Amino acid sequence: MTEPNSFLEVRDLRTHFPTDDGLVKSVDGLSFSLDRGKTLGIVGESGSGKSVTSLSIMGLHKGGSARISGEVLLDGQDLVSSSAEEVRLLRGKRMAMIFQDPLSAMHPYYTVGHQIIEAYRVHNKVTKAVAKKHAIEMLDRVGIPQPDKRVDAYPHQFSGGMRQRAMIAMALSCDPDLLIADEPTTALDVTVQAQILDLIRDLQREFNSAVIIITHDLGVVAELADDIQVMYAGRAIEYGTAEDIFDRPQHPYTWGLLGSMPRIDRERTERLIPIKGTPPSLINVPSGCAFNPRCNYASLNEGASETERPELLDIGAGHKVACHLSPGQRQKIWETDIKPKL
Amino acid sequence: MRKIEGRSLGQIAWMRLKRDKVAIVGFVVIVLLILMAILAPLIVKAIGHPPNEFNQDLIDTQGGTLAPLGRFGGMSWDHPFGVEPVNGRDLMSRVIYGSRISLLIAFFATLLSVTIGTVMGIVSGFFGGWVDALISRLMDVFLAFPLLVFAIALAGVIPDDAFGLQGDSLRIVLLIFIIGFFNWPYIGRIVRGQTISLREREFVDAARSLGARRPYILFTELLPNLVAPILVYSTLLIPTNILFEAALSFLGVGVRAPTATWGGMLSDAVTFYTMPHFMLWPGLAIFITVLAFNLFGDGLRDALDPRSR
Repeated sequence: MTEPNSFLEVRDLRTHFPTDDGLVKSVDGLSFSLDRGKTLGIVGESGSGKSVTSLSIMGLHKGGSARISGEVLLDGQDLVSSSAEEVRLLRGKRMAMIFQDPLSAMHPYYTVGHQIIEAYRVHNKVTKAVAKKHAIEMLDRVGIPQPDKRVDAYPHQFSGGMRQRAMIAMALSCDPDLLIADEPTTALDVTVQAQILDLIRDLQREFNSAVIIITHDLGVVAELADDIQVMYAGRAIEYGTAEDIFDRPQHPYTWGLLGSMPRIDRERTERLIPIKGTPPSLINVPSGCAFNPRCNYASLNEGASETERPELLDIGAGHKVACHLSPGQRQKIWETDIKPKL
Repeated sequence: MRKIEGRSLGQIAWMRLKRDKVAIVGFVVIVLLILMAILAPLIVKAIGHPPNEFNQDLIDTQGGTLAPLGRFGGMSWDHPFGVEPVNGRDLMSRVIYGSRISLLIAFFATLLSVTIGTVMGIVSGFFGGWVDALISRLMDVFLAFPLLVFAIALAGVIPDDAFGLQGDSLRIVLLIFIIGFFNWPYIGRIVRGQTISLREREFVDAARSLGARRPYILFTELLPNLVAPILVYSTLLIPTNILFEAALSFLGVGVRAPTATWGGMLSDAVTFYTMPHFMLWPGLAIFITVLAFNLFGDGLRDALDPRSR
């Protein structure tokens, strides 16, 4: 399965939130690994556990309410069993995060420079002047024009794209080995999206960091990710390289995602094919395969989809899928039913 | 052409405040009152009548009423506000000196309430859980406390010489403590509520994601966002405390005679209901002060919170 010496290893991660209505299983048994210099894309609908996964890795899930189990090994150190203070020391220095909306993620009362300086000084015992020089350098690196002037600007004086660049500069100020980008381009318009994705890719090459990119936009992962993990109801239902997911997808849910994605090479007269139904409640996850109520092919297995949860199994070369359909069935459906419509 | 510049939040608030004429009048009155209190010895020296100087020659000792001689309570160029019955002390200098006690106690009591309330509220809201439950119940206990009864009882129990202090300074410290210490839950609740909504904001997560410590988040990330409500509440708490101090002095719990306080002067005046001018001046002083603080506080709230209009 996973190579034991990967830089980031997540093993059977479970993050549950007890509520008055029942136990919310936001992440329920997730395992994956990621090497330096590689990018993992995590895709899924809203409420599939993507963001909770990233917050659990960072140790940012809300204090006492979450029940978290499993292992998150960052360079061999288990973050789940580490103390809050140990994890805090790693945040920013070894792992950092880019948030969805840079305007709300930056403090409105302080200048952009001040915030980068503070972020740098948490982990580096340097004077303010040295930190400021570093902040200007970082702003320059992420492509902010006139960084020596812009360093004294407030977040609201920046455009959306500049803010996200500054946020990236802040996250990278201590040169972290792991960068988690939680929907980094959702709040930006399309042309700026492309620039930010280019920037993340360039900086990743420069710093040789591991990147997790969380999104519901398949276009984003197609652009950036080496590997892709498709999540549904807190679990991974398909995992593979970008080519596996886009060229040889095996899970009906992945087919659904691809079918509902607008593509520039598709006839405009054709309608997008939505996935019927809505994502399940994470309190009452359907028995068997969580996707079965929405799956067009659940009836092909004599009820196995309703009663038995499919395991995430390797179908060759690291491409993993959790589905009761036999490889032959999947191959046939893909060739005849799905591929021609994409 | 005017240069286009970014304005800080403080500048915007100041601009809005300047447009609010009523608030500015309140502000000017407050400044004048504070100056009057600070410069009281100089002003009274200029008037030439110390607050505790007896002027028996201005009192009608023949008629048996001991009322001031002359019309309107002995008003004259020499004594613009008139003089007290019985002793003939100059009312103007007593009102001026009274402002010192009132403002001093109100300011420091407010400072005490706001300090305790802010710390308790921010800790309660940020940490949540059992810390929040404990502090919230403590607030309930304090709010249910029969403060007036306690104050009267305490004033009776404390001797004239305690805690290394005596006389007026002891009474002043005592009043500051009583008024300030029991009022913190109001601001505490406001700060707690604000903190709860702020701690879920993304910039707090972002700061944590970069390894920020909890004290940093509390005092550098959260506190600046709390300044506006704290400031507004403070300006509205000061007049409440002035009234409370006056009430305590009126009940004889406050600073003791012969030191002039507004509440004490009112209390003295009650027995002379046939001479309303005696009650008029301290009453007017309290009225103007409280009104000025309230007008300014309301204006400040409108200026700091654009949504309140």
